[in-house]
Amino acid sequence: MNSFGFELLDSKRIDYEKSDTRLLNEILEKEPSFKRCLSCGECTATCTAGSLTNFNIRKINLMLRHGQTEGLEKEISKCMLCGKCFLVCPRDINLRNVIMLIKKGVLKYNTEKKKI
Amino acid sequence: MDIPFFAWPFLLGILFIIIFFIVISIVWITGLSKIDRVRIRSNFFTVKTIKAIWEVFRESLIHRKMYKKNPILGYMHMSFAFGWFLLIVIGHIEAAVHYHTLNFPFWKSIFFRYAETNPPLTFEAKAFSAASDFLLIYIFSGVFLAIYKRFNSKAFGMKKTTHLKVGDRIALLGLWLIFPSRYICESITAGIYHNGSFFTQPTGNFLASFLPLQSMELASWWVYSLSLAVFFFSLPVSRYMHIPVEILLIFVRKYGVQLKKHVNGYTRIQTFACSRCGVCLDSCQMLKANINNSQSVYFLKQIRGRKLNDEQLFNCLLCGRCQKDCPVGLDLNDLRITQRIESTKSYNSKYDYLRGGESPKADVVYFTGCMTHLTPSIKKAMLNILDYANINYWFMDKDEAPCCGRPLMQAGQYEAAKKLIRNNTEKILASGAKILLVSCPICYQIFNEDYELPGVKVMHHSEYLLELVRQGKIPTFKSNVKAVYHDPCTLGRGSHIYEPPRELMGNYLTLIPMKQEKEDALCCGGSLGNIKIEMDERKQIRDDVLDTFESYNPDQIITACPLCKKTFAMGTDIEIHDLAEVVWKGISRKEHLDKKSREVELIKINSFHSSEFILPRNNFL
Repeated sequence: MNSFGFELLDSKRIDYEKSDTRLLNEILEKEPSFKRCLSCGECTATCTAGSLTNFNIRKINLMLRHGQTEGLEKEISKCMLCGKCFLVCPRDINLRNVIMLIKKGVLKYNTEKKKI
Repeated sequence: MDIPFFAWPFLLGILFIIIFFIVISIVWITGLSKIDRVRIRSNFFTVKTIKAIWEVFRESLIHRKMYKKNPILGYMHMSFAFGWFLLIVIGHIEAAVHYHTLNFPFWKSIFFRYAETNPPLTFEAKAFSAASDFLLIYIFSGVFLAIYKRFNSKAFGMKKTTHLKVGDRIALLGLWLIFPSRYICESITAGIYHNGSFFTQPTGNFLASFLPLQSMELASWWVYSLSLAVFFFSLPVSRYMHIPVEILLIFVRKYGVQLKKHVNGYTRIQTFACSRCGVCLDSCQMLKANINNSQSVYFLKQIRGRKLNDEQLFNCLLCGRCQKDCPVGLDLNDLRITQRIESTKSYNSKYDYLRGGESPKADVVYFTGCMTHLTPSIKKAMLNILDYANINYWFMDKDEAPCCGRPLMQAGQYEAAKKLIRNNTEKILASGAKILLVSCPICYQIFNEDYELPGVKVMHHSEYLLELVRQGKIPTFKSNVKAVYHDPCTLGRGSHIYEPPRELMGNYLTLIPMKQEKEDALCCGGSLGNIKIEMDERKQIRDDVLDTFESYNPDQIITACPLCKKTFAMGTDIEIHDLAEVVWKGISRKEHLDKKSREVELIKINSFHSSEFILPRNNFL
């Protein structure tokens, strides 16, 4: 492959072999409002936990949509569930439910993986 | 043994239900925590037992709470419970008087008219006979109300009623049949032997005029005994199991047993003490948003049937309106939170990133809470007031501080919440402050309930500002604004703070009294307790509440919770203010007027002393 002197960062690539969208699909089914997300980042801007540590809901959203479930468990456990994100969301997404579903779902799919 | 065959179904039924209840009580009580069992043992032989008996009389027989909530329903329940109770008691006394001993066969007091066919001749016998006829009429009035209610619940002021299961229908059939069948069998016997009183005897005479009563008598007593048996045998699988369990609950509660944050025997007792009356359905505001499957009555039913799912468990605002109205007095909010803790046990966060940090010394720690950060006008007003009153305070969550933990607790993340609680507690205690001032009722509740802060008084800003007013540290200024005050759920029903905000506001404006206030206050719909509800549904609830407020024509809506303010603000043109904003506005206006009057004074003095007109300088004051 020709190299043009620039390449895609790893974090920008979606590896379809590792991509696991089961959790995403479950969340979209149980919390349809999550479909409306436009990744504006207001949730991240207002986040209480985000002011204390490197916690980024927008990033979690991207990880989910890419099917990248690795490391999601650690990321999501930083949330304090205070609810500021859903109050500022311009698309009225019920983010607290999304977060609880991720917390539960990550555990479920990770244990499934381990069994395999 | 001379027990007639027809009495056996009844005898077996009552034996069954007594044994069942004793066994299940033992299972539940041994399922309590150790300290709770010690509580029961040490309080058993005290006045608490008498108080519990009194409460059983008041609530299980007279149904006082039910009566207060809905007089017709109260009467219906009272006629069944109290009427039946008296019927049994009088039956026993009658038998005891008749046989001149307490040691008579049990069945004879229940089927007394069958056992003793001699007409009542003495005064006592006539009186007893008349009393039991009178009680039968009394119960009949309840039965008719019950049947009417079953087919037309709206007539009783109930907007919604619960659905019945198969077990319920069987038990209900038994219950409805007991008293008519007793009436018929006693009438038939009276028709033959003339041992009835003013109600059964004329009926018996009437029946005797055209029916062969002799051949019908035994069959009618069989029907009576069987309907009793049907009721007793179907009791454990029906809603009527609440009758004995409620009595157990009253005793256990009186002995000081409390709900902990985990499922144990007491949660089982509370779950089974639910009578499924459906009063909680009428209290629930979520019906306005067409959410009609997760109310307390259904939630408890799901626990009993072990069919609880997350969608319904987490779909509750935890506003506490149903808990306030519950005739059995169940701790519905705590029951739900306990179940949530149980359901999310496997995924709690650790928050390793939390650091201790520095705590400056101060007299007052001010914790705004996440929600106040989203409503900066409240925060600004509070800081202005604190500065004005010269308070030595530390603004704890100015830049970075964890949440108080209440939203986590409401979501059932108990272990996670404990981590935040520990971190905040360390910081608050390190500051050496005597007062923890919070401007969010959600934080206020958890600081009071789950934090251990020795020597620190937790104060909501309504209490604190009122104290500043009383101490004269901030001035008052009464404007001609008329406003309604909205009691936030967590501050009102959650923490029982009703008067301080009203007294405080009385100094600054005039409050219009509402029907939906204090205990009966509505929820704004924004509650963090509900994880599942959609924003559109929240808006429906909110709009309904705002319509209620608007019907009082207020100039402003006052509340004491930043989340309520934020929820309401988007839905109405009426100004919404927090207490702190009203107070700061009052202070500013008072200052402004004082300044003006001082300026006028100054002008007077200056013009008196010199002919030249001097403009007052702003920085003069």
